[in-house]
Amino acid sequence: MMHYMLLFSRQGKLRLQKWYTSHSEKAKKKIIRDVMTMVLARKPKMCAFIEWKDLKIVYKRYASLYFCCGIEQQDNELLCLEIIHRYVELLDKYFGSVCELDIIFNFERAYFMLDEFMLAGEVQETSKKNVLKAIAAQDLLQEECDEPKSLLEELGVISTGLE
Amino acid sequence: VKDSMRGLAVFISDIRNCKSKEAEEKRINKELANIRSKFKGDKALDGYQKKKYVCKLLFIFLLGNDIDFGHMEAVNLLNSNKYTEKQIGYLFISVLISENNELMRLVQQNLKNDLASRNPVHVNLALECIANIGSKEMAEMFAPEIPKLLVMGDAGDTVKQSAALCLLKLFRTAPEMVPIGDWTSRVIHLLNDQHMGVVTAAVSLIEALVKRNPDDFKGCVSLSISRLARIVTSSYTDLQDYTYYFVPAPWLSVKLLRLLQNYPPPEDTTVRNRLAECLETILNKAVEPPKSKKVQHSNAKNAVLFEAISLIIHMDSDPSLLVRACSQLGQFLSNRETNLRYLALESMCLLATSEFSHDAVKRHQETVVTALKSERDVSVRQRAVDLLYAMCDRSNAEEIVGEMLTYLETADYSIRGELVLKIAILAEKYASDYTWYVDTILNLIRLAGDFVSEEVWYRVIQIVINREDVQAYAAKTVFEALEAPACHENMVKVGGYILGEFGNLIAGDARSSPSTQFQLLHGKFHLCSPPTRALLLSAYIKLVNLFPEIREDIIAVLESDANLRNSNVEIQQRASEYLSLARNSTQDVLATVLEEMPPFPERESSILAQLRKKKPAVEDAIRARGEKQQQRPASGAADGAAASAAPTAATPTSGGGGGVKLQGDIAGAESNTDSDLLGLDFGGSAPAAAAGGGGAGGGSVDLLSSILDVGVSSSSSSSAAPSAASGASAQRKTVVVGAGASGSIVGEENWHKFVCKNSGVLYENDILQVGVKCDYQQSSGRIVVYYGNKTPAPLAQFASVINLPDSSLTNQLGIQVKPVGDRVGASEQVNEVITVDCMAEFSACPLLNIRFVYSGVAQSITLKLPLTINKFMQSSEMDSATFFQHWKQLSQPEQECQKIFQAKFPMDAETTKTKILGFGFSLLSNIDSNPANFVGAGIVQTKSGNIGSLFRLEPNQQAQMYRLTVHSIKPGVSKRLCELLETQI
Repeated sequence: MMHYMLLFSRQGKLRLQKWYTSHSEKAKKKIIRDVMTMVLARKPKMCAFIEWKDLKIVYKRYASLYFCCGIEQQDNELLCLEIIHRYVELLDKYFGSVCELDIIFNFERAYFMLDEFMLAGEVQETSKKNVLKAIAAQDLLQEECDEPKSLLEELGVISTGLE
Repeated sequence: VKDSMRGLAVFISDIRNCKSKEAEEKRINKELANIRSKFKGDKALDGYQKKKYVCKLLFIFLLGNDIDFGHMEAVNLLNSNKYTEKQIGYLFISVLISENNELMRLVQQNLKNDLASRNPVHVNLALECIANIGSKEMAEMFAPEIPKLLVMGDAGDTVKQSAALCLLKLFRTAPEMVPIGDWTSRVIHLLNDQHMGVVTAAVSLIEALVKRNPDDFKGCVSLSISRLARIVTSSYTDLQDYTYYFVPAPWLSVKLLRLLQNYPPPEDTTVRNRLAECLETILNKAVEPPKSKKVQHSNAKNAVLFEAISLIIHMDSDPSLLVRACSQLGQFLSNRETNLRYLALESMCLLATSEFSHDAVKRHQETVVTALKSERDVSVRQRAVDLLYAMCDRSNAEEIVGEMLTYLETADYSIRGELVLKIAILAEKYASDYTWYVDTILNLIRLAGDFVSEEVWYRVIQIVINREDVQAYAAKTVFEALEAPACHENMVKVGGYILGEFGNLIAGDARSSPSTQFQLLHGKFHLCSPPTRALLLSAYIKLVNLFPEIREDIIAVLESDANLRNSNVEIQQRASEYLSLARNSTQDVLATVLEEMPPFPERESSILAQLRKKKPAVEDAIRARGEKQQQRPASGAADGAAASAAPTAATPTSGGGGGVKLQGDIAGAESNTDSDLLGLDFGGSAPAAAAGGGGAGGGSVDLLSSILDVGVSSSSSSSAAPSAASGASAQRKTVVVGAGASGSIVGEENWHKFVCKNSGVLYENDILQVGVKCDYQQSSGRIVVYYGNKTPAPLAQFASVINLPDSSLTNQLGIQVKPVGDRVGASEQVNEVITVDCMAEFSACPLLNIRFVYSGVAQSITLKLPLTINKFMQSSEMDSATFFQHWKQLSQPEQECQKIFQAKFPMDAETTKTKILGFGFSLLSNIDSNPANFVGAGIVQTKSGNIGSLFRLEPNQQAQMYRLTVHSIKPGVSKRLCELLETQI
């Protein structure tokens, strides 16, 4: 079972935190700080798995972003790397070649996407098609009832993604 | 991407443009003020605005700021008929509302509505929110409903998937709330579901249920195997979108392989063969040429392979599969991917513990040694060390230890401590020639003295004492080591001890004459810390006995002001006592008091314990293999840890008068290290106690105190030891042990306060505060123990154990502990969750033993756990007729318990009522003819049945006394309730 997933930039800015076990806010901040420091200090080509406390930290860097998961001893590290990759693929497909900015400005979407892919710290749906279908169904519901359309279009902050 | 909020985007851009932390903070505060005023303002906000502000708050929170408002607005959003607003509302709640927020009730109402929605997207949203929060209350409310969504035919696939994992979350939170029985078989059959996503989600749920109840779910074994077979034999096009980079359904495969690791190999031959075929197919695929060069392909494929190997190791029954797995891993050892090398080393460690594959692993020794020397990543080198350790046996020990010693010289500081322990253990375990062992340990001290813990150098001394054949060699070697211009203090300690005992064995050589030995030791004296100096003083007095000719030199040292008036009392005391011993005793007395140490009692090496603390799983597996081998007559050779070689000097030496101090130096310190905590079988008490007894005549007065010290501390630690191992399977540090309390109990006064209430401080001293919060539901309870470190220094080796002082408690209470970490940082608070099931009525009280090391000193505190039978009592209302009917029914002599006693608190009716209600009884009015009396009823709920109980309490104001009568179905219960209530009023 995954205990948490953290996304942070090379500069040490946290971009997303998802917790599958409960911790106090104080404890979370400490974990974030410790894990970030540890992972940012790693050199390229080093092993992507770190034993830390009772967990295994699995991390992978995509451009400027680090994706980092805390999983249990009996969990499969290699597959965790692919969990990260699949999540990145999902974001990529949704935003259309995703970059750090997409995640900053649409952090709520990143959360929604993650919930469709994983729940309770376990993989829920591995099919890219099915996850994106679920997200599309949500987006459809939004369209049906959103009124201040013109205003939003005029701003055009973001508009890529699914057809 | 359709919908966006302009204000939010602008705000985020602003934050990103901030040049400094201060500017950012200022911008955030401005925004918070703005949002606050909007929320408080007169103008009603529309849904869009609320959503936008709630989203901003969320963003601010995610930047690392605390948010203490906006919850109400978020909850309002849940009511919105616009999906996007609802969704943001749920997100905010999942991230930001704590379980006990008063708005939770509203949230749950909304969840209920959405769960009942006809739109599956809404149902999913609710399920995801429940899974994200997963509180106990939610478990109570929703756990009975969700199984229906999971097994109902008409629920959509996505709903089934979310429902499975939502239920898993609730099951983890509160297993007792999740009704399994009725739908066990339908859940198992989800393994056959057509939709791969549903199976993927369901397997995780099934694995959790299996862990709790393996027998009921046995049916999942054959179903998983068939499912797995279908996946591994399918071509990558069959599974369409569930194929990941040409690997068919890697996630599902891994989950199925994991699930199977909860069971022994299948008994049915057909099923077993089928599984073997699957595993072979997976191994075969590993050697096929890759279908893609992408790392995703190889990762996914190898993820399945490693999981299959784990299963092969778990079953440990098919030699050919084990050997194939080993050769596959061997190939990975030289793969160019660091990750694969790391994992291969790790998996091979486990293979080395199987008797079938141990030899196959040994063939890779050279590659592993190369890894140790050339890997650039310390964590990989660490794995190489682990593997060398695991593959070591008598045949390759000298080579492996040699390699490890070489590596030690350049090893990273972070792993030196562990490396030293491992070398010490291997050297001891596989020594056939003890001169090699002595050389190895002295080398360790030379190369990494700082990392040689007390356990290690105690051990070499114990072994030298116990083995006559190595004593002269040890004395000679240590003498030579001390001749080096600079040597580590640990070397001085070992040198002092060994020359004090066996210096005479090398005194014939002019190069190590008595006075040279003494001068050599004394040359180091001034550079050493007080404990070492104290040890050296003991060595000197032993030299007085061995070599009367240097007596005057030693007396001069003892009577020097630097020692006799040393500010350190230990040094001062030893100097003065040894001085009078040296001056005034006849040679006979000296010879008795300062006789050679008797052999140490045989026991498991304490260094092994030290290592096991670091790596419990592997260490146990390795040990298990050792035991297995010993049982097999073929491998014959008595494996034995060195010290377990027969004690050489079997004769108990003269009533043990010889235990002068030196022994105390070892044993006393040893009981401080707390190494017994993991439940090692420390047979006897520490050696000094054994040696002590006589105390001998002469001037050895101080011995008594040191022996006493040792005796007390070692007996308290060893009493906790037996049987701890049995409970240690799942929980690592916190274990529940049967029988045998340890230490005296403190904090009883506070314990009494918990009889009628459920939270507060249970114990407090200058270092530690122990708080407790409990809640009880029917026959189950949850006790959260908070350990607060009051000091500015961390508490190390922190561990707690629950002792059941009365063996019957093991059947009466089911106790599970979610352990705390082994360290409580400065001013930090950690909590430990203890869940209790009351199986049957009980009256004894479990004890909570807390141990830790604070500034180098081991501490042990034993408290009574505030767990009493009345906690499981629910008050019960009834009318007067029913009350009297029950009262009469329960009036057998053993069902009634009556006590007349002095009031312990002021006899105030209102306070008494509060206490009675807190105790768990109801208060029934209009039953007793005397309105000053209290009567009431309660039902004690246990897993084995309910126990109705009634009480009547009659105050006598004049005499300041009470008469208390309790009737109960079970005799023990009336007595216990009576006792407990008596202390409260």
